[in-house]
Amino acid sequence: MSEPVDTPEPDERRTEPAGLVLSAISGLRQTIPAVIAMVFVLRDQGHWLLAAVPLALVLLGASVLVAWLQWHRLTYRVGAEDIRVESGVLSRAARSVPYERIQDVSLEQGPLARLFGLVEVRFETGAGGKDELKLAYLMEAEGERLREVVRERKDDAAAEAGDAEAGAGEPAAEVLFAMAPRRLVTFGLFEFSLAVVAVVAGAVQQFDFILPFDPWDFDEWQERLAGPGSWLSGLGRTAQIVGGIIAAGSLLLLGFATGLVRTVLRDWGFTLERTAKGFRRRRGLLTRTDVVMPAHRVQALAFGTGILRRRFGWHGLKFVSLAQDAGASSHDVAPFARWHELEPIARAAGFAMPTEDLDWHRAGARYRIDSALLAGVIAGGIALAVLVALSATGAASPLLALIPLAIALPLAAWQWFLWRFERHTLDEAQVYARHGWLAPRTDVASRVKLHSAEIAQGPIARRRGYATLHLGLAGGKLAIEGIPLARAQELRAAILHSITAQDFSRIN
Amino acid sequence: MDESDAPTPLHPNHVKAMRVATLIASVPFVIGALVLEVAGLLPTGVFIVPVLLAAVLIVIRVPRRRYMARGYVMGEDRLRVVRGLWFRSDTVVPFGRVQHIDVHQGPLERAYGLATLTLHTAGSHNASVSLPGLADADARAMRETIRAQIRRDTM
Repeated sequence: MSEPVDTPEPDERRTEPAGLVLSAISGLRQTIPAVIAMVFVLRDQGHWLLAAVPLALVLLGASVLVAWLQWHRLTYRVGAEDIRVESGVLSRAARSVPYERIQDVSLEQGPLARLFGLVEVRFETGAGGKDELKLAYLMEAEGERLREVVRERKDDAAAEAGDAEAGAGEPAAEVLFAMAPRRLVTFGLFEFSLAVVAVVAGAVQQFDFILPFDPWDFDEWQERLAGPGSWLSGLGRTAQIVGGIIAAGSLLLLGFATGLVRTVLRDWGFTLERTAKGFRRRRGLLTRTDVVMPAHRVQALAFGTGILRRRFGWHGLKFVSLAQDAGASSHDVAPFARWHELEPIARAAGFAMPTEDLDWHRAGARYRIDSALLAGVIAGGIALAVLVALSATGAASPLLALIPLAIALPLAAWQWFLWRFERHTLDEAQVYARHGWLAPRTDVASRVKLHSAEIAQGPIARRRGYATLHLGLAGGKLAIEGIPLARAQELRAAILHSITAQDFSRIN
Repeated sequence: MDESDAPTPLHPNHVKAMRVATLIASVPFVIGALVLEVAGLLPTGVFIVPVLLAAVLIVIRVPRRRYMARGYVMGEDRLRVVRGLWFRSDTVVPFGRVQHIDVHQGPLERAYGLATLTLHTAGSHNASVSLPGLADADARAMRETIRAQIRRDTM
């Protein structure tokens, strides 16, 4: 790229020009569907190639020009108190983000960016998603420099505010958690996913005009089976059963393979370190990400597991904070670990582990009974409607109405299970809540880091004397459902007492 | 502040403001019913009678009951907001966790000298807690009190 005519002011900088190559490539990717669509429209005309090639070039040229203009008009400045970014081709925007409000600095490298030694630098402020400040792309060294600058400036600000950081004097980074390839493969097997089937089905639906036959036409399939495919229907029962087993097996295999590939791509080389001021996480095989989270920004811990992996003793840990992690609201800090491996991570974040000897409480039995009854009433209503409809029309046996009734039984059993499993408790510093069935999770929130407390009661709950306690947690949700009203009031009073005893601006 | 504290009721004008608002909201339905009535599809009164009855109910009775269900307790270091007829909610926001405060007046509220006080917190749940139907002067006074608390806390 040529040098810009007007050089920016001394402390103003532009992003790396090499990033334009990446923009051009992604622009190329965007023009492909347009070109395909045009080829498809023009394919019956003569000399369609004559029209398609120049059009593709024009589209590509336009996207490169736009990318260059945007690059040329975007400057950033690392000031004394904030980072300023001025951008925009037609309408200009100037944004300033003070250091104290930056939750963490993330570096992300896609496979192409790695080839060029570039990184995408993202400043997480808790604004969420699109509103976050992002600089794409910078040289790796510049990304590291920015991160250091932000960290130093923020440390100064924190020191002035009298921030009580426990590990302030810690010298070097200490590895808290890492996943070896073997662990990663085990993890991948538990991440069984049939998402790829849905993707393929969706793609077939989107592009069915390209296929030589209509995949949604049942008659056509039957014709195919009767014609060239008749050997299939002539194979006999055993062969059909074997074929079914093979089909199911390949589906299973596909699910495992998807889970494995996805996990390895995402979590390859997963390393979580405790650095002087926070946590640093690196992961990714093709797209590498490098995220730093200040320890005092962690609002709550979320311990998660799965119904199956729990049997094998595997658990995961996430940090809940205002910052976002690749679209998810919480940061994965140990996605697949033994319980005892999570303890040092929780301790480093200033949290205690949920242990069995805490004074755990269940939700009220009334709440569970009402929920089960409600499920029964709804299922009964559906069954009645089905019964009436089937008896009136005679389309099928009215006995089919038993199916919705049968579904009510597992729903009631589910409530019983939840009654046994879901618990909550409170100690001097933390609130604990255990939820869920297929993906059980335990949330641990710091009492002083809560923002509000609400007792909510629906019409049934009011008559039956139970309530749900909603706690205002920054970056997440925390609710304790169906507890007796007196218990909810007692919990709220205790939590509010700790909240009002400490000012939020001191701890955050 | 105790749970036993009876909530302070809102300004009586709040009922009137809610009545006017529901009255305006019910006008399209009444007009629609009148049109159907004039079209004469079904015997006289099939559309207009139930619609008028429902309108009278939600204009006269519901605002009164909603008003009775609402209230607030201004504590030393926290605000408690109670609301909801069917789905009751009882929210406490400690002043130390308030991010910013809004006092808002719509045209109806201005006509009745009312205002809505909204407290914004950093929590995802109850990110903003609003308390409608305060006398304008009260809302402003409450805002000043809460703001003073925040300032004292941070210093």
